[in-house]
Amino acid sequence: MTDRVIRLQEAPFDYGAECAAFAERAGGAGAVVTFLGLVRNDGGSLTRMEIDHYPGMTEAAIDAIAAEAATRFRLDSLLVLHRTGPMQPGEPIMMVATASRHRAEAFAAAEFLMDYLKSRAPFWKKEHRAEGPIWVAARDADEEALDRWAGGAG
Amino acid sequence: MRVLYFAWVRERIGRPWEDVETTAATPAALADELAAREERYAAAFADRRALRVAVDQRLVDFDAPLEGAREVAFFPPMTGG
Repeated sequence: MTDRVIRLQEAPFDYGAECAAFAERAGGAGAVVTFLGLVRNDGGSLTRMEIDHYPGMTEAAIDAIAAEAATRFRLDSLLVLHRTGPMQPGEPIMMVATASRHRAEAFAAAEFLMDYLKSRAPFWKKEHRAEGPIWVAARDADEEALDRWAGGAG
Repeated sequence: MRVLYFAWVRERIGRPWEDVETTAATPAALADELAAREERYAAAFADRRALRVAVDQRLVDFDAPLEGAREVAFFPPMTGG
């Protein structure tokens, strides 16, 4: 059984503290992989970012993705933490953490989680820029990234 | 049936959700009915390839059955992570 923790929150989080807590909980796993997504400020004109989501479906979709990761990879623990609402450039948006006996499974599971969270969990990013607000467009590459996990969740 | 809109679809239509009386058999038929209402709906549903749909909070194709559905949501491709 994989210990799974999923959190959705508006408030910023402390990546270092989350990593430490995860490593502590995963003690004995042998390998921990973490990923942090930050609010990028391409071109320097971003004043803030906002993440819209679909309450209810968001939790269900992340849960299904996490359950699929737990089936595909031998994981002791996994964590998915995603923010919603307004955030500032440079702030954390989301993180995933995976713990396994060996690093290969932990790395692969983290990539799997990221690929699916990007295009199968109902989040939408809106950038507020000096020149006006814009909804971030999905990239073909994000959709193509799912192909390597053919037959997967979501 | 409750119909929800997210991201730019919500902004274009001007509301987050509404209850709709419909006998549409598929999300595609429902989208056609909504698009025929007013210009703002027509604008939101103009490019079906730019939209995704969920029925009872599960991603489905536009030709999936709607029978018995309580909730349908229209939104652009997701951009999480």
